[in-house]
Amino acid sequence: MTVKNPPATRFNLLTTLTRFREFGIIIIILILTVLVSLRAPVFLTPGNFRDILVDISILVIVALAQTIVILTHGIDLSVGSSIGLVAMMVAFTIKANPNISLVLVVLLGMALGAMLGTFNGLIIAIGKVPPIIATLGTLGIYRGMVFLYSQGYWVPPYQLPDAFKMLAKGTPLGVPNIIIFAIVAAILVYYFLNYTRTGRNIYAVGSNPEAAQYVGIRKQRIIFLVYVLAGIAAGLAGVLWASRFESSQTNTALGFELQTVAASIVGGVSISGGVGTVPGVLLGALLLGMINNAVTLVRISPFWEQAAQGLLILIAVVSDILILRGTQRNKS
Amino acid sequence: MSEYILELKNITKRFGGVEVLHGVSLALRPGEVHAILGENGAGKSTLIKVITGVHQPDGGEIYLNGEHVHFGDPLQARQAGIAAIYQELSLCLDLNVAENIFLGQQPTTVGGRIDWRKLYSEADRLLTSLGVHLDVRTKARNLSIAQMQSIEIARAFSLNARILIMDEPTSSLTLSEAAELFGLMRRLRSEGTAIIFISHRLEELFEVADRVTVLRDGTYVDTRLVKDVTRDQLIRLMVGRTISNLFPKQDVTPGEIALKVEHLTHTGIFEDINFELRRGEILGMAGLVGAGRTDVARAIFGVVPPTGGTIQVEGRQVEITSPQQAISLGLAYVPEDRQLHGLITAMNITSNISLPILQEYARRGWLQDKAERSAAFNAARQMEVRANSMWQIARTLSGGNQQKVVLAKWLSTRPRILILDEPTRGIDVGTKAAVHALMSNLAAEGIAILMISSELPEVLGMSDRILVMHEGHMTGLFSRAEATQEKIISAATQTIAPGEAM
Repeated sequence: MTVKNPPATRFNLLTTLTRFREFGIIIIILILTVLVSLRAPVFLTPGNFRDILVDISILVIVALAQTIVILTHGIDLSVGSSIGLVAMMVAFTIKANPNISLVLVVLLGMALGAMLGTFNGLIIAIGKVPPIIATLGTLGIYRGMVFLYSQGYWVPPYQLPDAFKMLAKGTPLGVPNIIIFAIVAAILVYYFLNYTRTGRNIYAVGSNPEAAQYVGIRKQRIIFLVYVLAGIAAGLAGVLWASRFESSQTNTALGFELQTVAASIVGGVSISGGVGTVPGVLLGALLLGMINNAVTLVRISPFWEQAAQGLLILIAVVSDILILRGTQRNKS
Repeated sequence: MSEYILELKNITKRFGGVEVLHGVSLALRPGEVHAILGENGAGKSTLIKVITGVHQPDGGEIYLNGEHVHFGDPLQARQAGIAAIYQELSLCLDLNVAENIFLGQQPTTVGGRIDWRKLYSEADRLLTSLGVHLDVRTKARNLSIAQMQSIEIARAFSLNARILIMDEPTSSLTLSEAAELFGLMRRLRSEGTAIIFISHRLEELFEVADRVTVLRDGTYVDTRLVKDVTRDQLIRLMVGRTISNLFPKQDVTPGEIALKVEHLTHTGIFEDINFELRRGEILGMAGLVGAGRTDVARAIFGVVPPTGGTIQVEGRQVEITSPQQAISLGLAYVPEDRQLHGLITAMNITSNISLPILQEYARRGWLQDKAERSAAFNAARQMEVRANSMWQIARTLSGGNQQKVVLAKWLSTRPRILILDEPTRGIDVGTKAAVHALMSNLAAEGIAILMISSELPEVLGMSDRILVMHEGHMTGLFSRAEATQEKIISAATQTIAPGEAM
């Protein structure tokens, strides 16, 4: 069959629009940089940049996992509670065994997170409960477990050994370890999503679940897997959180799930699944981190920070809808 | 080695309690194009999904090259060399051409890493061998329907499929695109691929198929050589039933014209539809699924206003741009999908019935409960709804009773023109008869009824006149006396050259 391409002009515009979202974030980041550094020159120093990166490292790790979940047209609202629970359990464990190996601590955190994620995955993939409801439920359950486990106590800095505190802020490689963790996570997720069949199948399941099933992709397995991955990421984040803030409290990472969703969506991940890239999410997290940092430097009310985040999410989602509508119109 | 590459023996399949395939058999030879023919609901699509492992049969056996096989899921069927192109295209619109071709089977290096370079070059090679010129990095979203289809075909080929199933592949292609597809099918046949071909266009079948198997109401009727069979014989095999007097339309002398439609057009969907509908009359709209009948009804009701033509309601020319306006003009539309458009399944019977006329029971914005309840109760009684109480939630009613509630809901608006889209789809025989009797009573009371139905016996039994559509065009208009199943099927399957309409 000879098939001609549709008129090129139409879809050049669309391609531009689709790419515009990652491009758009860069533009916003540049504008923000210029404006803020005019008022607070310190914004543009390497030291401040490092601070921003340290600030967003945990966000990047969990937002990447959240992205994998959203790619399947799902969502994991329980990651904040999972981080809190893992941070608490890890902190108590270290308090009781100050000489425990750090590698073991990290693995323990990830294993605990995997268990929490497995529970989510089972409810959603096998119980067929809509992800938003299932994870809203476990958001409450896991947070409740934090209180039950800690009996309302917290683990203050002096009860944690210095070696554990250095896990996040130590700089054997020149930059704080926590940044290294985020970079490694980004590389792993990038490779996973782009160079493994499972990774590509995640896009397929999110884009058209029936089509994925027709070609023999096991949809339920994929869906189960993404929640386990989100749990593992939350587990790692829990360990890093306890190390970085040198403590663990019952309200650790309370509401953090919304920031991970925000970073994904601002980074161009489509809430209806199938669309999203690692570089986009990294930019999304960076933008959120820069706003956070700028608000402090320029000394405007922190209330503005939340409003700005909210505005960014709306812009991202509305442009998502407009682009989708544009493509549909082009087809008919 | 068996003569057949694929053999189905006595396949049965049930959904819920309903058996949709009753012992269907099919034998496929290598290097043949084997057409499957049947009316809407004859079981063609279900049969296909059994072959491809999407559904598992409840009885019967499948033999592949003489070996007994069982496909637990689509992957196993694909690995056995069976590929399918479904009626609804199954592409991931967010992925590019090459990825869609190798969906789930991406070439990998020894380490399990996706080999993108090979993915693109293989995709390019496949498309070129099929004569398609496309940038393999284009997102599927940006393709035309014909291009999407060529990707599905390429996907089938990437597996070296020995059996290729094509479910209505030409339904959205232009004539020249279809001709190219047939050329490709002949080439594959000469290379030994067995092709199962489903099409509603009988002409196509004579053009490309070697043998044809006819199904009717989920049963196997016959398999014939295409060169030994005529169009009329095939139609008779598809229909092959005698009409019992299940459908009691009372004779009514039609009154004045209630609805007149002239040259009604929605560009690209339907064209030049003309009919008039009188009070007391039931006008049946027959045709295959996708012929554009529902689109015409939705245009008249103002859901998707037409792009051309005129509508007259009771002698007055009107431009209907919204359902609210249609309701105020005395129209009511009972859509095909009760669950989706007709009922709010989470609400009780009373609330559902009074929904379109809530305004009448509201005083300064507050609902007058009592009046609402009694009006709903009367409408439900008139429609003989069987329920525990008026508070029963619509979801828990049987399909037939749901349909009666939908009818009651629209009758409560006291329509003068009633449009019914597949009024008895999916409801049991007893309730069906009750719905038919109700329709007949409504017509006798002077309501003009436009009935879309894909069930021939229903169309023939209930209608005073029958309008037949095919691919957006009117292809026939018969009176009750002259209509036969054969005439209707013939009109519903004829291919029309562009520009030629009745």
